[in-house]
This record gives sequence, C-alpha cells and structure tokens, in this order.
Amino acid sequence: MNIPHLTSIVIFLPMVGAILTILARRTEQVKWVALVVTSVTFLASLGLYVGFDPGISTASSPQMGDVALWFPVAFDIKYFVGIDGLNLLLVLLTTLLGPIVILSSWTSIKEHQKAYYTLLLVLQTGVTGVFTSYDLFLFYVFFELTLIPMYFIIGIWGGENRIYAAFKFIIYTLVGSLLMLVALLALGFMAGDAINGGVFTTDWYKLVSYNIPVSSQGWLFLLFALAFAIKIPLFPLHTWLPDAHVQAPTGGSVILAGVLLKMGTYGLVRFCLPLFPVASQKYAMMFAVLAVIGILYAALVCRAQTDVKKLVAYSSVSHLGFVVLGIFAFNVEAMQGALIQMVNHGISTGALFLIVGMMYERRHTRLMKDYGGIAKSVPILSFFMIFAVLASAGLPGLNGFVGEFLILIGAFKSSVLGSPMLVALATTGVILAAVYLLWMVYRIFWGSLENEENASMADLNGREIGLLVPLVLLMIILGVAPNPFLEKSEPAVRDLLELIESKRAAAESESSLEFEYRYADTPEFRVPEIDEAALKAARKITGASAEETESSFGLK
Amino acid sequence: MDLTQSFSSLGADIIVSAPLVLTMVMGLVIVVLDAFRRNHVATPWIAALTLAFGLVMEITRIGAASGTAYYDLLRVGGMAAYVNALIFGSGLLTVILARPYLESIGHHIGEVYALILFASTGMIVLGTANSLITIFVGFETMSICLYILTGLVRTNQGATESALKYFLLGAFATGFLLYGIALMYGATGTMYLHEMQSAVGDHQTMFRSGVGLLLVGFLFKVSAVPFHMWTPDVYQGAPTPLVGYMSTASKSAAFASLILVLYLALPSTQWIGVVAVIALLTMVIGNVIALAQTNVKRMLAYSSIAHAGYILVGLAAGSPEGYSGALFYLLVYTVMNIGAFGVIALLEWDGTQGSEQSLDSLSGIGYKKPLLAWSMVFFMFGLAGFPPLGGFIGKVAVFGPAIHSGLTWLAIVGVLTSAVSAYYYLRVLVVFFMKESNPDVATDNITFSVPGMSAAVIVLCVIMLIVLGIVPTFLDVTASFFDGNMLATLP
Repeated sequence: MNIPHLTSIVIFLPMVGAILTILARRTEQVKWVALVVTSVTFLASLGLYVGFDPGISTASSPQMGDVALWFPVAFDIKYFVGIDGLNLLLVLLTTLLGPIVILSSWTSIKEHQKAYYTLLLVLQTGVTGVFTSYDLFLFYVFFELTLIPMYFIIGIWGGENRIYAAFKFIIYTLVGSLLMLVALLALGFMAGDAINGGVFTTDWYKLVSYNIPVSSQGWLFLLFALAFAIKIPLFPLHTWLPDAHVQAPTGGSVILAGVLLKMGTYGLVRFCLPLFPVASQKYAMMFAVLAVIGILYAALVCRAQTDVKKLVAYSSVSHLGFVVLGIFAFNVEAMQGALIQMVNHGISTGALFLIVGMMYERRHTRLMKDYGGIAKSVPILSFFMIFAVLASAGLPGLNGFVGEFLILIGAFKSSVLGSPMLVALATTGVILAAVYLLWMVYRIFWGSLENEENASMADLNGREIGLLVPLVLLMIILGVAPNPFLEKSEPAVRDLLELIESKRAAAESESSLEFEYRYADTPEFRVPEIDEAALKAARKITGASAEETESSFGLK
Repeated sequence: MDLTQSFSSLGADIIVSAPLVLTMVMGLVIVVLDAFRRNHVATPWIAALTLAFGLVMEITRIGAASGTAYYDLLRVGGMAAYVNALIFGSGLLTVILARPYLESIGHHIGEVYALILFASTGMIVLGTANSLITIFVGFETMSICLYILTGLVRTNQGATESALKYFLLGAFATGFLLYGIALMYGATGTMYLHEMQSAVGDHQTMFRSGVGLLLVGFLFKVSAVPFHMWTPDVYQGAPTPLVGYMSTASKSAAFASLILVLYLALPSTQWIGVVAVIALLTMVIGNVIALAQTNVKRMLAYSSIAHAGYILVGLAAGSPEGYSGALFYLLVYTVMNIGAFGVIALLEWDGTQGSEQSLDSLSGIGYKKPLLAWSMVFFMFGLAGFPPLGGFIGKVAVFGPAIHSGLTWLAIVGVLTSAVSAYYYLRVLVVFFMKESNPDVATDNITFSVPGMSAAVIVLCVIMLIVLGIVPTFLDVTASFFDGNMLATLP
C-alpha cells in the first residue's frame, strides 16, 4: 500500500503546527494545538508503518517519498525524502515521542509557553527531516535546523547552568557539522565532476553509485564521522552531553536522548558506511575500540553519580556505544541490532528521563540522597521507573535485550573487527549497566522513608500514567516479539551491506588494476593470460564457484 | 567621431543609466530644496521614491544582456544592474529606518538624504566601473559622502573622532588606489579593464606593483585585514541605521568593482594566493576579536570584517562560480546586516545611550519587544550561517567554489571561524532571552513604540532572509552574469 507524499506530510505537519501556535491568540490554546498536531502526525506516521512494504526493494528509490529539484540548474540538489527499512522505525520513534514530550511538559513549563511549544514542533520537523532525507544537502539542512530549537529549549527553560550548557551543546555540534559541510561540498563536486556531467550533486542514490577514489575516502570519512561522533556522542567527544541533559528541561532531555543522538548513529549508517566503504572498514576497529571504551567508561562514571539525571545521561553514552559497535561490525545481525537498539534506547531512556522529570517536579531535587524508600509513597511511579530500568539494563523479555544481544552476536562473529576479546569487554558493559541502574533503584526506591517530604510525595496522575503506558507497552512488545519490526528493516540492511561489500571489492580490484598497469612491463609481474573457455570448463566440471576456480588456476 | 553622433549616443547612454542620473539629480534637488525649506517633510520621501524607482528599474534589467555606456566607462545591465539593485535596496531600507531614528536623536536634517543619494551615485559608479578612472571617481564620491555621514552627530565626540579617523585613513587608502591606477596605466597605456590584460607587455613589474596598490585601496574599503582598523570605531560612532547602509552598500560596490577587476583585468591565477591569505586573516581576526566585544555595534563591526573574509574566499576561488557566489553573498549580507543594525537602532530607546550601549543593558528585552527580538534571532542565526536561512546558502556559495578550486584548507579554516562566530552571535540571543532583565536600566520601563515603517522593514528583511535560504534560485541569476557574455558584449 503506497500512500503518496506521506513522508512529506509527516515531516511538515509539525511545522504547520508551529505556524498555528505562533498565530494562537491565547496561551492555553498553544499546548492543545501542539498536542493535536503531534498526535495527528503520529497517526499519519502509522500510515508509513502500514504502507511500507519491505518486499519492494528500496535499492533505487525510497517508498512513499517525494523528489523535486530544489536548487537551480548549476546544482543538482534535491528535495528528496522517503522511507526505507533504515529510517522507518526512527521516524515512528520521533513521531511517538512528539505527543509524549508535549504531555510531559503540560504543567512543568510555565513560562513562555508559546515559544516552547513552537520550538518543539520545529524541532520535530527537523528531526523527521534528518531521518527521511535522501539528499545529503537536505540532510545537512535538517541536521542543523535541529540545533536552533534545542539551543533555545536548553537555554531558556533549562536549569541554573543552562546558558553554559546551551553554548556547549551548540558549539560542539557546530564544529563537527561545519567540518562535515566542507566534506559534503568536496564530495558533491567530486561526484558531480565524475558521474554527473560536472554538476554538483548530493543525491544519495547517485553518491552511493559512485566509487569515491580510495585516496579521498579517508579524510572525507573522518570529517563526516567526526560530526556524527560528536552527535552520538562517542567517547571522548561526549563531554557536552551530561551538561546539556542535566540542564535541559524534561521535554528537551527526552527529545535529546530519544531522537537527537540517533541522528549521529543514523548518519553513520546512512552516509558514512555506504559512501566510504573502504575507509569505514579501515577505521572500523578504531571506532569499535572507542565505542567499547565509551561503554565501560560511561558505565563506571554512572556508578559514581549522585545526580540521577546525570546518571541517566551517562547511561546514554554507554548504550550508544553498543550501537556504534554494532554499526562497525558490518554484518546483518549487528546492523539490525544497532537499528533496533536506537529505537530501544529512545524508548527506555526517554521513559527514564520522563520519570526523573516527574520526580523533580514533585521534589525539586535530582540528588539521589534526597530520596530513599519512595516506593512506599509513590508505588505507581516506582513501578514505571523500575520497569524502565530493567528495560534499559537489558533484561531478557524486554526491548533492551534484543538489541544488545544482536549487536554482541554480530560483533562477535564480525570478520571486519575480528576481535572477540573486544566484544567480551563490551559484554561486561551490560553487567555494569545492571549494577549502576539497580544501585540507583536501590538508593531511590528501596530502604526506609527517612525524609519527611518524600512521604507526602504525590503519585502519578492520569496524564503522567497515560504518557508512560505506551512506552512500557512498546518495551514489552519489542522485547517479546521483535520480529515484525526487524523484518521491516532486514532487506534494507542486507542491501546496504551488499552494496558496501561490492563497492569495497570494486575499490580493491581497481587498486590491484593500478598495480598491474604500473608493473605490466616488468617480467616479475606479468599477469598470466586467462583462457576463458578453460575456466568455464573447469567450473562446470568441479562445480566450484568462480573465485575458487580462479584461485585453483593460480590467478588470485 | 563627429559631434552629433556622440551627442546621440550620449542620449542613449543617459536613458540606459537613468537610475544613476536621476539619483544624482534628485540629490541636487534635495540640496536646493533644503536651502529654501529647511527639513521639509517631503525630503525623505523624495529620497525614498528615487531609490525605489532605481531599485525597480534595475531589478527589471538584471535579466538583460550586459553592455557598456559612456564610451565603455560604465557597465549596464546584468551584473551591473544586480549590484545597482543591491545599492538602491540598501539605501531605500536605510532611508526608511533612518528617519525615525534621526528624529529621536534630534539630528533629522535634510542633508542626510542628499548625502545618501550622492553616496549611492558614487557606489553605482564604482560598482559598475569598466575603467580605472571611473573606479577612482566612484570611490571618491562614495567615500566623501560616507565620511560626512559618519560624523553626522556633531555634538557627539565619538562620532566626530570616528569621522576624522575614517577620513584620514580613507584618504591614505585613496592615495594607494590612485598610485596603483597610475602604475597600471603606465604599464599598459589603457584605463579600460578589459584591455588591460593584453596590453601589459613587458612591464610586468610595474603592472604588478600597480595591482598590489590598487588591491590595498579596495581591501581598505571592504575592511579586510590588515586594513580593517577603522571599521570598529566608525561603526561605533556613526548613527546606527547609517552603519547598516555603509556596511552593506559600500561593500557591495567595492566588491563588485573588485570582482570586475579580477575577472576582466586579472584573469590569471597569480592573485589567488594573495586574496586567499587575506581572506584567511580577515576571517580569523574578525571573528576572534568579535568574541571579546561588549558593545553590540563594535561586535557587529568585527562581524562585518569577518563577512568580508567569507566573501574574499569566494573571490579567492578565482572562478566564475566563486564570483557569482560572492555576489549572492552580498545580497544575503545586505539583508541580514540592514536588519540587524535596524533592530539595534530601534533598541537604542532613549537616545542617550547610543554608541555606548553595552550588550548587557539589553538583557531580558526578548519578552518586552518580541517582534524585534525574534527578528534578531533570524539575523543572528543568518549571520552565523545556520540553515535554512540565506546566510547558510551564502556560505555554501562562497566556500563551495573555493573547495572546487582546491582551496579546501581555506574552507576548513573558514567554517571553523564561523563556528567561533556562532558564539558571539548567539550571545546576543542569550542576553535577549535567557538572562534576567537588567535592573539598572529598568527595561520594565521601556515605553518606546516601534514605528510601523521600521517594523515593516525589519519583517521584510526576515522574510527575505528565509526566502533566500529556501528558494536559492538567485544563485542562478548571479551565475548567469559570468557566462562569457560579459566579455563578448564589449565593442
């Protein structure tokens, strides 16, 4: 079932909502407009889920998308959006978190509501656009568009140290993304001159069909990967994240952890790997090591936190380390695991931030020592928190397990990484996650109620329960029956990995051809002449594959 | 050539350069009118209508083929029309913004409008010059008017100081320019840009010395490092809306002229290295020093130095792509800067603060004057080069060609300095929105109202900025100037 233009509708509905909120006369109307618009957007995005058919190949064009030339003739830059297996679930995650974030801000945001909800809606358009762009330039525009609202959300509605955090967030990200812009422009001209008749191009499909010279892949890859690594954030570029998370209002934290960080990992999958296959395999080990350091380091840092929000923030660094590890394993299991883990992390960490926000709203403190034993006074809140903690820690049967398990299996047998030791180290991260999360639960929820104020804490109200229930349900569904979701992305993941492999092979044979040309005249390197007929005959007799036959002929 | 023939061609020339001639004549009319009816209410309207007429005329001629007038001294149509439209547009918006501002500081005098018209005349002559002598005439006409406009508020010591500083340094720069012209003429025997290259012959050293001195003059006008020292003082001292005009229109004119010189007279690549190094220094020094500024106008002055650096990156690319990117950048820059200075001018609410206004005194203004403050959000993000605003497309339009020409290192430095610039641009927004209101200046008591026309100009700038970012077809227009016809249509 193909619904035309649906992707564009899902992207721009929140923007329309933003215009409506600007025009709204009364402040009370604003949050209702925002809620209705994001809910409608979510319903529309369900159409994407239903309509997306993984059986139809997206190797030449995405589904339910739109394409139009955006720039003048001198540039082949398009408005090109659509859905394929790689971005479908991330789009759904974004649209699901939309109304949830708005509901979570319902009473906690009291000042400048109009600006807040308008910025949230603009932010959603930006994030959805990032995930659905098939033009690198358009991707970049959306990527940067997300910075502006997030900067204000942290800076205006954040905690005491909000200005510092907002600056750190935007400058960090900006350095990375501007360097990516240089790489993007260089790549566009390079591809344009090579395959597009001299016209600058950033069309994803054209770019992936172009084998970028191996000599240029290295620096282009590193500039792209730097931008994404800052966004993810990969150790040691993660220092902006705790500040931004702790200072941001709850809604901002949820969006930040839930979807903004995924723009980095998604960028790696969508652009870095297929565009620079040789370089990304060359640097795979480096990224995997950084990811594992991040997993372990962040987990240890979590254990030392006194501020519960900071703990959840650092746990993001740890969890996204798994995703990066999965991406650089270059096989179907790990990649699938990485994709589903992005969604899982959005759900469970999103829920954790929501609940921490609810606790803060009641007690105005995030320090664990101010709590203790509150399971008795707020049983419903405690139930949801512990549920989210278990999902985040990767308890089998809940969503976190599926992703981490697939990633670890894939990484373990990865031929690119080829280092089971590294994966074994990463696995200890799962244990550490259980340690710091359960320790946090212990300090906040168990024990005796010592603080008077905690005894009179109000439990969750209907609105708060309502916004947590969908997340909890998803934790169970994704944990028990992940297959329907995995099936949606599997063909795309296979296509992607095949593409990477074929491009890598092409680059390799090209460099060996160069070798042959260079040494063609020297007797030592004379290439034996291939007798095609003999090869074919031999293949027929032995039933072996082409490579095997060739190797037995001594050709390779 | 007999006399009747030359007169008939003069008539045709006057018709094709009607906006230029009219601007000059109406400037004189204002002077005369002001002599009889001091500060007549119609004066600003005469200026505005003249500029609006010129703007409309030139816009309609952007698509037309380019040619020359007055015996090849001036260019018309195509790129010339585009540059003229920039100058007229900038002047028109400035006239609208300046009237209430000058009234509020008590210096509303008719001469301002005459000077704006004369300055525009000079800028047009400079920006469309096809001969070294026209370059000099335009350069001087423009500069002298700007010196006077800078020192307009005679009672303000800072303004007088900055005007004197501008005049002395400017005179020096003009000297360099003139010396350069003399040497270039000596080496080639021609004043015409398009004939220069073929006429150099054996006098390479003399020619190069001349070009070097000529570049000094231009780089002074566009406030490139190391000739930028005057900029912060002048911007701080001059009346704020007029700073918007000086920083945009004079830059458009000087850059357009520089592009013509590089494209027509120096097509060889030997100047790329020099321009690239100047661009690098300008971006780095402009952006880094801007970080340390506490006065908004000084900060924007250093920012405008940095933007000159970005435009020079486009020139350093040395390709038609780069020149067209630079011309596009000038359009975006005009919109952003007029808007930003317009907002700052409107926020100088009690007149006394004026040039001394510190950024911190504006804290919390975002919720008092939401329209101005949110417009400023667009200008600041635009200047910092964030998509989807025009500033971003402008940066792509200048950095892209530089990368294409192999100047990737320059582009990398450029984007890093522009990340630095984000800090000081966003600091303005921090003060506007994220800090508590400053009790010392009691922003609670602000009662000034924003004049409707000024608000309209600000909103227009915001809309233009968004449109330029989302509908980048203007790039096609600027690219079409360099399709080879520019040289071909010369007789």
